[in-house]
Amino acid sequence: MAAESPDAAPVLTPATIADQEAGPVERFRRRVTEGELGSLPVIAGLVIIWITFQILNPNFLSARNLTNLIVQIADMGTIAVGIVLVLLLGEIDLSVGSVSGLGAGVMGVLQVKHGVPALIAVPAGVLTGTLVGLLQGFWFTRFKVPSFVVTLAGLLAWEGLLILILGTTGTINLFDPGIDAIAGNFVSPAGGWIIAAVGLLLFLGGMLRTRQRRARAGLETRPIAGLLFRAATASVLVLAAVYILNSDRGTPYALLILLGLVIGFDYITRRTRFGRHIFAVGGNAEAARRAGISVTFIRMAVFTLAGTLAATGGIIAASRLLAVNQSSGSGDVLLNAIAAAVIGGTSLFGGRGTVWAALTGSLVIGSIQNGMDLLALSAAIRFMVIGAVLLVAVTVDAIARQGRASAGRA
Amino acid sequence: MASRSQGPAREPLLELRDINVRFGAVQALTDVNLKVYSGEVLALVGDNGAGKSTLIKCIAGINIPDHGQILFEGKEVRFTGPRDPTALGISTVYQDLALSDNLDVVANLYLGREETDRPIPSISEEQMEKRAREVLADLNVTTLQSPRLVVASLSGGQRQSVAVARSVMWSAKVVILDEPTAALGVAQTKQVLDLILRLKQQGHAVIVISHNLGDVFEVADRIVVLRLGRNAGDFEAKDVDRDDVVAAITGANIAAASAATPGTATPTA
Repeated sequence: MAAESPDAAPVLTPATIADQEAGPVERFRRRVTEGELGSLPVIAGLVIIWITFQILNPNFLSARNLTNLIVQIADMGTIAVGIVLVLLLGEIDLSVGSVSGLGAGVMGVLQVKHGVPALIAVPAGVLTGTLVGLLQGFWFTRFKVPSFVVTLAGLLAWEGLLILILGTTGTINLFDPGIDAIAGNFVSPAGGWIIAAVGLLLFLGGMLRTRQRRARAGLETRPIAGLLFRAATASVLVLAAVYILNSDRGTPYALLILLGLVIGFDYITRRTRFGRHIFAVGGNAEAARRAGISVTFIRMAVFTLAGTLAATGGIIAASRLLAVNQSSGSGDVLLNAIAAAVIGGTSLFGGRGTVWAALTGSLVIGSIQNGMDLLALSAAIRFMVIGAVLLVAVTVDAIARQGRASAGRA
Repeated sequence: MASRSQGPAREPLLELRDINVRFGAVQALTDVNLKVYSGEVLALVGDNGAGKSTLIKCIAGINIPDHGQILFEGKEVRFTGPRDPTALGISTVYQDLALSDNLDVVANLYLGREETDRPIPSISEEQMEKRAREVLADLNVTTLQSPRLVVASLSGGQRQSVAVARSVMWSAKVVILDEPTAALGVAQTKQVLDLILRLKQQGHAVIVISHNLGDVFEVADRIVVLRLGRNAGDFEAKDVDRDDVVAAITGANIAAASAATPGTATPTA
């Protein structure tokens, strides 16, 4: 008889069932104990970090510094969006730092050395990342070389290519107003309010539409109070952000680019077949293959996107620093992007996470770096602190996973 | 061997004639015959290495027979790959189930066949969830509280139910289950056996591979025994007792009849 294990309780854990009936407070409590934390630890961490630095330096939470912070994290966040996608697939891309430098380098060389207009030089830089990602994805899927190794080779090779195309110049300073505008320009206060209002209305409309569709299909709907609570929370956050940004220089273009990418890729991952298939491949590639999903296509597409986003991030960074040089994209760029994705709550083991992790994780890392800069701490201290934060984030993730395992949701 | 008692007029839904499969020097199947009818549960039993999996893989389009015919609804068919039987409505649920743990039940049921809205190509979650609920209700899968649960949180029996539901919801006529109750507890085994009976009620032909004769006798209408790659018995489940089936599996038919003689009884497998 195969029936030896006395598992006579084929029903779900009581907590799971009750999850649908309980109110928001109870639901929250269960999520914490069962390890379904979502973005909660990172938000809590961010609040602690902000309070700590505000105590240490009263300029930290000023409108000017918060605006600087937003501009500083735009490139990291953009690269991290690509890392989240790759991590969802259960893979890793170690080349994103070098690719960001290469994309910026191609743009800079074309514009400054060859006089190509920014409108062509910027897309050319982005396209460089696309091609690099496509090549790495092809190599990974065609020859079954682990993505870790392919992109490690890329890490070195693309940095070499950057030095090659920069030639004897070494550093290229960017004076083109179009390129400088990417990270240097701001939307007028009125524009900021309008964008915020439209965004919030779309958010509310989307939630109402989903609710209406579920009701029409005869499915149970969430209580309207919860929906209003979410809408109110989002409104307060967004309007407060716009208010703060407007009391300095306005809403940075760079923030709009990052938010657009995060919202766009969040939609793609959660609501399209392509996104669903990314999760499927990351969760169980063999099951995905048997379900008729082209695992090779999904993998190549994601690596292509990661390369594209890395180059985009590199261009934003170049615009912020007004220069491309031989060390563009090297140093801690790669590590920060991976750390941001992981700190934001993306699992390193594939199939779990959200694109919003790129934004929240970048905010955490950016805040720590910005705060330590304000305190004029040495690089030695900064490296050790960032390392410790990454370790804490991964540990929280590991403990949460144990919570899921003991609640039967491993 | 018992012959079918339900009248000669019925045509088998799926029939295998004189199937031979050879892997290099190994003759895996020799002149194996198999008939499956709609609304019938056929148990395929045999010892390890008897050729059960090889035979199933012939039906699933993974092994191509060297000789022999496969007839589906009376017409000869040739399978060149796993997609061919699937297109005809023959669906196999392997032991590993091939579910994505990180996705919910709805997403797993529709994996690779997600429905999308127009003009913006977003997944039609509401339609899919509605249909998923209907399919699960049709199969009497009642232990599943919500099709929005992530598969990682399900029990073994529930996972099996999801895998079976996925195979039948795309209009499968023949459902093949490979060891569906292996590694399941008592209550979960009962769930899966109920599910098999439900599939039969709905008119599907079900082929179950199992080592567990207790389960086999509980659900099977007919029991086909393979031994060393050959047909070794075809029994009406209600007309046969367990010992006869065991004897056919172990090749002890004659020995069983003369079991009184010490030393010749029930050779070990």
